[in-house]
Parts: sequence; C-alpha cells; structure tokens
Amino acid sequence: MAAIETRGLVRSFGDVEAVAGVDLDVADGEIYAFLGPNGAGKTTTVRMLVTLLRPTGGTARVAGYDVAERPDDVRRSIGVALQEAALDPLMTGRELMRLQATLHRIPRAKGRERADALLQRVGLVEAADRRVGTYSGGMRRRLDLAMALIHEPRVLFLDEPTTGLDPTSRQAIWDEVRKLNDEGATVFLTTQYLEEADRLADRVGIIDAGRMVAEDTPSALKAEAGRPHLEVSLAEGDKRQAEGILARFGAVPATHDGVVSVELEHGAAQVAQVVRALDEAGLAVGSLDLVEPTLDDVFAAKTGHRLEGAGAEPE
Amino acid sequence: MTDYLRVVAALGRRSVKQAFRRPQFLAPILLFPTLFLILNTGGAGSAEDIPGFPEVNGILDFELPGTLIQCTMLAGVSAGISLALDVEVGFLDRLVTAPIHRSAIVLGRLAATAVLGLLAGVYFLVVGFLSGMTVEGGPLGVLVILVMVPLSALAFGAIGSALALRSGRASVVQGIFPIVFVILFLSSAFFPRDLLTEPAATIADFNPMSYMTEGIRDGVISDVSLEPVLKGLAGVALLAAIGIALCSYALRARLRAG
Repeated sequence: MAAIETRGLVRSFGDVEAVAGVDLDVADGEIYAFLGPNGAGKTTTVRMLVTLLRPTGGTARVAGYDVAERPDDVRRSIGVALQEAALDPLMTGRELMRLQATLHRIPRAKGRERADALLQRVGLVEAADRRVGTYSGGMRRRLDLAMALIHEPRVLFLDEPTTGLDPTSRQAIWDEVRKLNDEGATVFLTTQYLEEADRLADRVGIIDAGRMVAEDTPSALKAEAGRPHLEVSLAEGDKRQAEGILARFGAVPATHDGVVSVELEHGAAQVAQVVRALDEAGLAVGSLDLVEPTLDDVFAAKTGHRLEGAGAEPE
Repeated sequence: MTDYLRVVAALGRRSVKQAFRRPQFLAPILLFPTLFLILNTGGAGSAEDIPGFPEVNGILDFELPGTLIQCTMLAGVSAGISLALDVEVGFLDRLVTAPIHRSAIVLGRLAATAVLGLLAGVYFLVVGFLSGMTVEGGPLGVLVILVMVPLSALAFGAIGSALALRSGRASVVQGIFPIVFVILFLSSAFFPRDLLTEPAATIADFNPMSYMTEGIRDGVISDVSLEPVLKGLAGVALLAAIGIALCSYALRARLRAG
C-alpha cells in the first residue's frame, strides 16, 4: 500500500488554481522530496495531505485513508512539522512535548517517557525547561520535529524543514531525517533547496505553477537533463588542437573565456582518457572541472526557467 | 469522554500559563479595572446621595460589581488576542492536525478564561473587603459572585474567541478594546439604570451587561433575591450562546478556508 497517493488533486482559491491536478505515489519507507519555487503549490499540497485544507478536486489518500472522508484516521497516522515551526514561545520545550502527547491521547506516564526520550534524541534535554522563545531557529526546528514524532507516526510531513537554518542546524535535521527513514518512517518533505532534495530524497517530484513537471530519482532526473561535461583550461598549448582531441569523446561546444569543454558521451569514466589524450598531444592542462547536471538544470529543462534561488545555500 | 476532557484540561492549562507568563494578558484583567474602581469610588463618592440611588453602605459596594463585569469583558478580549496569536504563529494549525475534536480547542480556551475570571473575582473580593466593602447577602452573595464572574468571563471569552477565529489577527481583537468601555458605560455597571438619561437608559435596558451586573450587585447591597440573579444568569447565557455559536461558525469557516 502506498503511504501517499493522490489522483488529480486540485485546490482552487477563487479563480486561482494553486494545485492543478497533482498525481503522487509515495511508497512506504520512502523519502520523497517535493521541490519547487515559492508559490509553486508545495505548501498547498501538503496542507491538503495533512487535512488542513480540503481539496476542491481529485482524491488524496494518506496511510491508506482518504483525507476528505477519514481525516481523523489520517491525523492519527501522520506527524507534521509545518513551515516556520509553529511553537508557543511562552511554553517550555518539555511542556509542549507533553501537550502534544496529550493531543495524541498517549497515556500520561507513557507520554512523559516519550517526550523525554525525544528531547534526548534531538539534543534538547538541557534546554527542555527553558521557554521556546529563547530557542535558536535550529532548536525550534528540532523541537518541532520531536513533537511530530511523539505518537510514532507512519508518515512524516516536513514543510521546508531547513529554510532559514545555518549549515550546522541544517545538517542536524538532515541526519535526523535519514535516521527516521532508516527506522521505517515515510518522509514527505517540501523544499526549495536543490541540495536538500538531491542529498536526502529517494525520489524527487518537481512542481511548478501547481503542476508536476517531473518525478524520478535525483540521478535519473539529472541524467535526463544531460551528460556531464568536462571543462579544460590549458596551461600551455593550442586551444584548436585541444578541441580536436576533445571531440573524440563527445560534442564540443564553443570555447568560452579560454575554457575548452566537452560533453562526455560515456560520463565521468572518460575523464582519465581525456587527460591522457591531451598529455600525449603535449598539451599542458592547467585545470579540469567536471560539471554534472543539477536538479536546477532539470527544472530549467522542464519549465523553461531556473528555480528561484537555485544553487544558493540556505542562509 | 475522558480523553476529550483531558485534552480540554491540557489546552486550558496552557492558556492559563500563557496569561501568567505574559503580563500584557493579565494586566488588562486586573490593573485597568482596579484603576477604574479607584477613580469611580474616589470621584463619584457623593453619587450615593442622589435621590433614587439605591441604598448602599458605601459607593464601593455599588461600583465593585461593575468592576467585576468590566474585568470579565477584558478577560474575554485577552482570550481573543491570545487565540488570534495562535492563529498568526500557526499554533492553531498544530492543534487542527492533531486527532482531537475541534470543539476542544475553543472549550480549552474558554475554560481557561473562566478560571482567570474566577481568580480575578477572588482578587477583587479581597481588594473590596480590605477597602471596606460589605456583602449584605453574606456567603450566598459571595457564592453568586464566584459563580457569575467565571461564567461571565467564559461568555465574553467566547465572543473574543469568535472574533479571533474570524479575523485571525490579534490587532483586530485588540481594536475592540475601546468598544468594551462604550458598551459597559451604556449599562448599569457604574450608574443605576433609573438615573441614566435617554438614550443611554433605553440602551441599558436592552444591554445584558446591566442584568449581569445587577445579578451580582443584588447580593452585595442587599439579601440575595432570585429574580436579579436569574436575570443575570440569563444575560450570561444569552451572551455565551451568541459567542459559542459565532465561535463555531468562525472555526468552521476558518477550517474550510484552510
């Protein structure tokens, strides 16, 4: 049974179709990244899947339950960490964990035990009795994640879990997501960061203007976008001669800024052969750069425009 | 049912803690009515000599019931602001994605407002007794206060919460703050209905706040009589019914809109 399954999912706000017929199949135990720029329909899709918003068309099933017909069963099966960790700044971390346990009808003693264990897991034991208002962004996200896990959900929804975090906090969240997935949780995460999708996800769905434009594993999507190309700067020697040699390994686009490049027909495995061929011809290589296609290239190929903030690191 | 009450109690506890941890929530409930009480009793001390003014042991006995209703109105505004902040920061979404009955979210908030009303009622009774107030109705009069005040806070809390759920903005709820005073002055909270001039007198006749205040006042300035207490409870019930209906409508509309 799929953890998440949607067919022709639609959500309109007046005349505006924020989500315009999205089909999704997320398998049990998968990490699925939903990638797209701001306003693409990621958050609207998630809000429908977590029962915060009723679809205006199509169907969606989460953990086997229809989100419109059996929302309470969906809520019992999912953990949710929404964008901008929605936490009460006046409560302490421990108080919020215990409240969350009560909301999920976990018996008091067990709830306290789970809360303490999760605070330990996300490294917030020392800060547990401090008010959340004093937490850093990373600590708030970790607490949010811990709260989403209190009832051991089958499917975990993370809406832009690392937006605005520093690299260390981001890495901590990624490590935790991987661990959770290793333990069997299905993770559905939305992100606008290419690196996040590339490094975490088993599969990536790309959404733009409310429509799915691509879906596959990160490597398959990148392979579809084009072959890797090798950029060669010569320390010494004739560029025209170098172009002739590189043409043996694939198409050679026009030379820019003194850099000769080749689209490697058989991928990165050909790099050694290229270097050897240039060396045998007496051409001294100054630098070599193997450029792999990115998810942004995939996005550009599918939509005709680059992903907002592409390549940019989260702040 | 036990689970439901456990959730209501947990959400209520959280709301009470919020009030104690953010002075901005507690100050309007205690500080402003105390200042008003001082001003009213200090500035209107000779009002009790006006012909037609009810017989009282002192102006404080007459004014304190109005202060109690004022305090419960402000508790309602505070409850609304607090709930609107939950909407603004997304905490309401967290509650809505939990497998709980939606009514528990509002009921928890209202239960907390009633508890805060009760605590404020006790505070004003202590302040009153220390300042020479007498409760002619004796323990029964005190009991009427301790029942009416929390219920009144709950009713105003429902109206504040409805506004919070409808607008989703704390600033909008805060905006009704001045209206609270206007509504209160158009009732018998601080002056007898019989002595009000038109059109205030007619408005006060239709203002539930008049009956709520008089329900409390009756046991303070005389023996407890059934009629004013029942009228006061009817006023509370009417406001609570309107508030809860509006809350329910506003919550459903908010959930539908997502």
